[in-house]
Amino acid sequence: MARVLGTSIKRREDPALITGRGKYTDDLKAAGMAHAAIVRSPYAHARIRGIDTSAAEALPGVLAVLTARDVAAAGIPGVVPVGWLLPDLKTPAHPMIAADTVRHVGDAVAVVVAEDRYVARDAAERVAVDYEPLDAVADVVAALEDGAPAVHEEAPGNVAFDWEIGEREPVDAAFASAAHTVELDLRNNRLIPHAIEPRAVLASYDSSTGEMTIHMTSQNPHVHRLLMTLASLGMPEHKVRIVAPEVGGGFGSKIHHYADEAIVGLCSMKLDRPVKWTATRTETNLTDAHGRDHSTRCALALDADGRITGLRVDTAAAMGAYLSTFAPAVPTYLYGTLMSGQYDIPAIHCHVTGVFTHTTPVDAYRGAGRPEATYVVERLMHLAGEATGLGPVEVRRRNFVSPDAFPYQTQVALAYDSGNYGPAMDRALEMIGYDDLRSQQASRRDNGGKQIGIGFSSYIEACGLAPSAVVGSLGAQAGQWESADVRVHPTASVTVYTGSSSHGQGHETTFSQIVADRLGVDPEAVEVIHGDTDLVQFGMGTYGSRSAAVGGSAIARSVDKIIEKGKKIAAHLLEASAEDLEYEDGSFRVAGSPDRSLALGDVALQAYLAHNYPDDLEPGLSATSFYDPANFTYPFGTHVCVVEVDTETGSIELLRYAAVDDVGNVINPMIVDGQLHGGLAQGIGQALWENAVYDESGQLVSGSLMDYAVPKIHNLIPFELDRTTTPCPHNPLGVKGVGEAGAIASPAAVVNAVVDALAPFGISHIDMPLTPEKVWRAVNS
Amino acid sequence: MTVSIQLEVNGKPVQAAVEPRRLLVHFLREDLGLTGANIGCETSLCGACTVLLDGNAVKSCTMLAAQADGASVTTIEGLARNGELHPLQEGFWEKHGLQCGYCTPGMILSANYLLAQNPSPNDEEIREGLKGNICRCTGYHNIVEAVKYAAERMS
Repeated sequence: MARVLGTSIKRREDPALITGRGKYTDDLKAAGMAHAAIVRSPYAHARIRGIDTSAAEALPGVLAVLTARDVAAAGIPGVVPVGWLLPDLKTPAHPMIAADTVRHVGDAVAVVVAEDRYVARDAAERVAVDYEPLDAVADVVAALEDGAPAVHEEAPGNVAFDWEIGEREPVDAAFASAAHTVELDLRNNRLIPHAIEPRAVLASYDSSTGEMTIHMTSQNPHVHRLLMTLASLGMPEHKVRIVAPEVGGGFGSKIHHYADEAIVGLCSMKLDRPVKWTATRTETNLTDAHGRDHSTRCALALDADGRITGLRVDTAAAMGAYLSTFAPAVPTYLYGTLMSGQYDIPAIHCHVTGVFTHTTPVDAYRGAGRPEATYVVERLMHLAGEATGLGPVEVRRRNFVSPDAFPYQTQVALAYDSGNYGPAMDRALEMIGYDDLRSQQASRRDNGGKQIGIGFSSYIEACGLAPSAVVGSLGAQAGQWESADVRVHPTASVTVYTGSSSHGQGHETTFSQIVADRLGVDPEAVEVIHGDTDLVQFGMGTYGSRSAAVGGSAIARSVDKIIEKGKKIAAHLLEASAEDLEYEDGSFRVAGSPDRSLALGDVALQAYLAHNYPDDLEPGLSATSFYDPANFTYPFGTHVCVVEVDTETGSIELLRYAAVDDVGNVINPMIVDGQLHGGLAQGIGQALWENAVYDESGQLVSGSLMDYAVPKIHNLIPFELDRTTTPCPHNPLGVKGVGEAGAIASPAAVVNAVVDALAPFGISHIDMPLTPEKVWRAVNS
Repeated sequence: MTVSIQLEVNGKPVQAAVEPRRLLVHFLREDLGLTGANIGCETSLCGACTVLLDGNAVKSCTMLAAQADGASVTTIEGLARNGELHPLQEGFWEKHGLQCGYCTPGMILSANYLLAQNPSPNDEEIREGLKGNICRCTGYHNIVEAVKYAAERMS
C-alpha cells in the first residue's frame, strides 16, 4: 500500500465548502426560530442609572427584552468565569449582562429578541439606557499610574496579578559583569483576531425535555458546554448539547466562553423556542477577545565572546475589563516560559504584571504569549548582533542550544525534549542567498534611495500544553489531554470520534491519514466525527497547535489498542499465539508463516459475530483513549524576511520571506504549508498593519475593517518554505504542531528587517505596526 | 410594506415580495436558502458575500434585494454545471486555496469575474483583482495558485 502519512492528500472538507453546501452556524434555521440583538455600552466606563425597555417592547414583533434584572430573576449563576487561576489573582465577577457598571465599549447591557432579524436590531436601538459616564483608562501603562481610574474595586492599582519566573539575583550578577548589554522598551500591539465568520449561536431550549441544543462557533464544544452550564446558565451538563458546525476560522477567538452565547441561551430558555444571534463585524471587534497588548522593558547581557549571560524582562500585560477564559495563562505560562528561545541562557528573570483596562478582554490569539516572547528575544538578539559586532547570524549560532544538549532544561521551567537549530538557520541562509543580499544591501547603502533590510527570527514554540498534572499545578482549571474513540465496523471501515474540533485546519483529512497509515486501510474508509458533545465524549478541542500532537496521538493510541485486540482474535482464528502475530498493511500474519494471515475485515467481522471467538474477550472492535502527553512539543525554525524601505516616504515593501520550520513528522505537507502561510500573514500583519487603537476615553478607534488593516492579497507576497525534521521523541506520531508557528516567528523577522534597513540612520527600534508614518518619523527625527 | 421583484437566480426565475430595506444577501440566504454567500462584515469590506450580478462581482451585503430586480444573479451554488465543478472550484480544492471556507464562495466568484476580464492573469494581476476579498486563513499564497490553475484549465 502506498504511504499515506506524509502525502498531500486533497482535503475531504473542501467539496462542501467550494460549492456553498457547508453549513456554518448562521446558515442554520430552526422551526420557530427568533432572533436576538444585544444592546451594548457605547461608553468604556459608566454607571447605569436605569434602563427603559418600553419603547423596544412596544415594537411589533418583539418577543422579549432582557436585562441584568432578568438574569438575577432566573436564579442562574449568570457569570462568565475565568479558567486559569494564578496565585493572588484578582477575579472580579464578570456578569453575563452588566448590572450597574459597564467596563468597556461593547459590554452587554440588554438583549432584545424578536421574530425577525431586522426588527430585533430596530428594537435594540429603542432600548434607552441612562448612563453616567465615568473616567476610563484604556492604555496598559496609564492604567498602572497613580490615580488611574479603577476598573474594579477588588483590584487596587488595576493589578490583576503580579507574576515572575526565573531568578532575579543571577540575572543582576550577569548584567553587573557583562561585556555587552542591549536593552529595549517595546510595545506589542493589541490585535483583533478577525475570523471572517463572526461569532454566532443558535440556542434551542425545549421545556418538555429540559434539554438545550446549542449550535455555535466553537473551537472546543465540551469546554464551552462545561463553562456555559456550570457558571452561566446553571443547567445540568448532560442536558446541554453543543454542536460546532462548520466554523469559519477562530485563531483563538472561538476558544473562549463569552457572555453573548450565554445570553442567547438564556433567551431561548425564557421563550422556550430557538433563538439565533450572529455578531456584526463591529460586535466581533468589540467582544471577541483581543490579543497581545504588552508594554515591555527588556535587556540582554553578553560576555566578550558574544555569549548570552543573562536576560531580564519586565512586562505589563493588558487583561482588558474582565478576565477572559484563559487570559491569565497567556502572558505568564505561555510567555515567560518561552524566554530562553533557541538559546542556552544561564540566567533569566521575567516579571509580568497583569493589568485591568477599560477595554475588550485580551486572551489567547494565534500564538498566545509565544509571539510576544519570541518578539522580545529575537529583537534583543538583533540588537546583540549589532552590539557585539557578530551580526544577526553569528550571534544566534553562537548561542543556540547545542544539538547534543537535549533534553535541555531552560531557566524558565520548560525542558526542551529535542531540537537541532543550526540546520534550519543554514537552510534559510541558503534559500535567501544571504551573502548576495548583503552585497546588494551594501551597494544600496552607498548609492542612497530605497534601502534593503534583512531580518531574522529563530523561534521556538511550545505546543500541546501538557501534561495535565503540571498545568493543573500552574493554575489551569482544565486537563490538557485529548480523547479519541476509534471504531472499526464489521466491514472494516472506520469511524473516529475526536475531541479535537476543526475550524479550518482539515482534521477530517489528516486524522483519516493517521488511521489509514497505522491501520493499513484506505483513507476513504475512515470517517472523522468532531465538534458535537452528544456524539463525542469529553474532549478539549483545538487550540495551541495541539490537534495533531495530542488529538492525533490519542487516535494513534486507539488504533494500537485495536490492533492488539485484533491480534488476539486473529490468533484464535489462525490457531496461533497472539505473541507470534504481526500486523502489516491491513493484515494479521503469523510471523515466519506468510501464508497464515487474515485481513482486518475478516477479524472485524468475527469481532462482531463473535461466533468463533476467544472465551476471555469481549466482542466488538473499538478503542477509546485519553492521551495525556508527557511534555509540550517544541517546534522551531528560522525565518528570514527581506524588505525594501523607502526612506523618503517611510513605506515598506516585502521582497522575500523564507521560512524553514521543524514541526517534526508531517502528516500532510500541503496542509502544513497552508497553516504556515496563514500564520505568516497574521504575523506580518501585526508587524506592518494591524493595530487595535483605543482613544483616551476608551473608544475603539480601529473597530471596523476600514480602520483595522487585516492583510489583503495585494499586501502580501509568495512565501518560500522548507523544513527540517526532528521528530518529537515522546508522542507516537513524532509530530509537533504547526498552527501558530508563522504568527510566532514573523513579527520579529519583519521588524528586524526594517530596522536592519534603517541601521545607517541610527534607528534601533520602531514599535509595531511599522506604518509609513512611524518609519518616516523615525528616519526624520 | 413590500416591493415586488423579479430576477433570475442561478438560471431560475424568482419572484418575491420583499421589504424595501431587505439586503440582497439576506434575501439569498434566508428567503431562497442559498447560504453559500456568507456575511463577514456587512460593510462591503471583506467580500465573503460576493455574488455575480449580470456578470459583475458585487457585494450582496450592501445591496438591496430590490436593486436586483430584473437582474441575473449567480451564487456559488450555481457555479458547478451538470455536476461538474467549475475550474475555479477545482483549483481551490486542488491547490488548497481554502481552509475554513468562509471567504471561499466570495473569493471564487471574484476570481470568476477576474478571469472573465482577463483570462490569463499574472500573479500581480491576480493579487490586484482579488484585493476586495479578505481571507484570514490562507495568507493568499495558495489562492493565487488556485486561480492560476483555473486560468490554465479554462484556456
